[in-house]
Amino acid sequence: MTPAIILSDALGGQLINLCAAIMLLLGFAMLAQRRILSLINLFMLQGAVLFTSTVIVAYTTHQSHLYWSAGLTLSLKVIALPYILHRLIRKLSVKWDVETILNIPTTMLVGIALVVVAFNVAQPISQLSGTIMRATIGIALACVLLSFLMMITRSKAVPQVIAFLAMENGLFFAATSATYGMPMVVELGIALDVMVGMVIFGVFFFQIRQQFDSLDIRHMERIKEE
Amino acid sequence: MSELVLVLAIPLITSAVLALAGHRQYAANINIAGSLLTLLAAALLTVRVISDGPLNALEEQFFVDPLNVFLIALTALVGFTTSVFSRPYMRIEHDHGKLSSGRLRLYHSMFQMFMCTMLVALSTNNIGILWVAMEAATLATVLLVALYRTPESLEAAWKYFILCGVGIAQALFGTILIYFAAEQVFVHEEGAMLWTHLYAYRTELEPTILSLAFVFMIVGYGTKTGLVPLHNWLPDAHAEGPTPVSAVLSGLLLNVALYAIIRCKVLVDGALNTHFAGNLMMGFGLLTVVVPSFYLSRQRDVKRLFGFSSIEHMGLVTFAFGMGGGVASFAGLLHMTVHSLTKSAIFFAVGHAAQMAGTQVIDEIKGLIRRSPTIGWGLMLGSLAILGMPPFGVFTSEFMILTTAIKHYPWATPVLLIALGVAFASMFGKVQNMAFGEPTVKPLAHNPALLPVFLHLGLVLILGLWIPPYLSEWFRQAARMVG
Repeated sequence: MTPAIILSDALGGQLINLCAAIMLLLGFAMLAQRRILSLINLFMLQGAVLFTSTVIVAYTTHQSHLYWSAGLTLSLKVIALPYILHRLIRKLSVKWDVETILNIPTTMLVGIALVVVAFNVAQPISQLSGTIMRATIGIALACVLLSFLMMITRSKAVPQVIAFLAMENGLFFAATSATYGMPMVVELGIALDVMVGMVIFGVFFFQIRQQFDSLDIRHMERIKEE
Repeated sequence: MSELVLVLAIPLITSAVLALAGHRQYAANINIAGSLLTLLAAALLTVRVISDGPLNALEEQFFVDPLNVFLIALTALVGFTTSVFSRPYMRIEHDHGKLSSGRLRLYHSMFQMFMCTMLVALSTNNIGILWVAMEAATLATVLLVALYRTPESLEAAWKYFILCGVGIAQALFGTILIYFAAEQVFVHEEGAMLWTHLYAYRTELEPTILSLAFVFMIVGYGTKTGLVPLHNWLPDAHAEGPTPVSAVLSGLLLNVALYAIIRCKVLVDGALNTHFAGNLMMGFGLLTVVVPSFYLSRQRDVKRLFGFSSIEHMGLVTFAFGMGGGVASFAGLLHMTVHSLTKSAIFFAVGHAAQMAGTQVIDEIKGLIRRSPTIGWGLMLGSLAILGMPPFGVFTSEFMILTTAIKHYPWATPVLLIALGVAFASMFGKVQNMAFGEPTVKPLAHNPALLPVFLHLGLVLILGLWIPPYLSEWFRQAARMVG
């Protein structure tokens, strides 16, 4: 192997930190995005960044099972799920603007607070982690919390699902950054669950629209708390 | 080992068969047969574990010890009785035109799939697989809750999916943290996700990470257990899904989610040597007992009423395990068992009562005993049992929990007593009005299968009067493990 293609630990670490920063940026971009189509594209981009960072970790640490994990991310999160989402959007012909319950600047401010919280929570973990990407655990947790916030503040069904999937991305990022990924059987199981969940969501979208004439969750207020 | 494979494989195969033939007339019989075979396999497994002790199977990916074997047996038993109950129940629903044949096929297939995922979650040794199985159980039940495709049921299913999806994502983060802590200790990578290995090295695990992991775990799996303030999905899902599904949700799924929390507690206790996990569980538990008891009196839908009652009882069990110690853990395990049996029996009776009345609104269900003594008395006795009346088993376990609380945490006792009293006052009157009075309900078109109701209530009665020695030894062993 020529020295030119061997990534040094330092360079690898820097590249992963770059990926982590992009992940966080994408998290905020999704939080601020009003259009569903752009939201799906951002989700796809996030998957691509996750894939890249996993490959870099796999390459620098010679953990061959991470290549499988990366392949799984690529096929599921970058190709399959965005494709399904795009198809769904076309079939449902919903390209309208996403309405948020909180206005976007407020959401962003809350998001910044969440990032601070995430870094504080992750500090004891980062100190113990021996992996080259320990600085990224805080960012991974921040991504999870940002998706969580997005889920709460969106009132339409499709963005809620995208937030759910983005949360899964953040969790996978946490798994790679803290532990070099989980055993293969678990990752496969999680991927299967996400896939099946997506199919169920797809069916649900049509049912919800048929019943409520809208994909707006705020129309679902039939069950009254007595 | 072969018994364990059977316990897991039978529901899976039955589910596949029913996915093809679930819409036929005889599908309900296949459902019953599959559940019966699962129950037999679980009984064999239990006998095996009692005689040979704990066992590992399939390269240590699955294991059975005193704690999970009794839950496996209970799950198989309630799964079987629910399948017996569901045969006439779903037939009536089909005749009323509430369900098409296609939906019936989905129901039968998903029912078995749900059983399979719960049994996997209970018997797996791998915390990652546990998570995967819990998520799969969520997916299966989402389909079951939305079975009627009414706006209300879709709303309930969506709420359930989103809340539990968020919750279970927290649990995944907790799982990652535990794996991370274990990797610091384990040089070889294989064992770092297995309960048995984690338990062996639990004193060496990093305490800060494990306490953080436990917070994520209790929030994550607590959402599925219905702990307040994460309980919002539960009453809706119970009210809008078909009644057999409400019965297995209340009777089984909540137990399985609680089982995951208990396993984590054992691990965290070993690493921390403090009462941190216990305190957290006591806090959540107490809140979960008190809040729903005040919601009970405001309920108008009978299935929502008993959904709230399930939340309350899960809080009681969480509180018991939080207190810890031999007696409280014993009481917690006993309460899980009797609550599961009683609550599913109540849902069986309630399901038919709602069919007779054509509505789930409490005020419109009257005179059940006059029209159908078995359904009426089943509901009445079941409610008395769940409210903690002696001589039923719920009384025994609640008594043990309360006496432990008086001894170790006296400040909690009045809170618990008030909550139980309020629950009694709000539920008893409602049930009385449904059971007695001038009938407004009509007889059923098909004979209901009420054997499960009285079988369950009989078992609860026996457990209240006399716990068989081998069963109490079994509980004691499991309680010792939980600590």
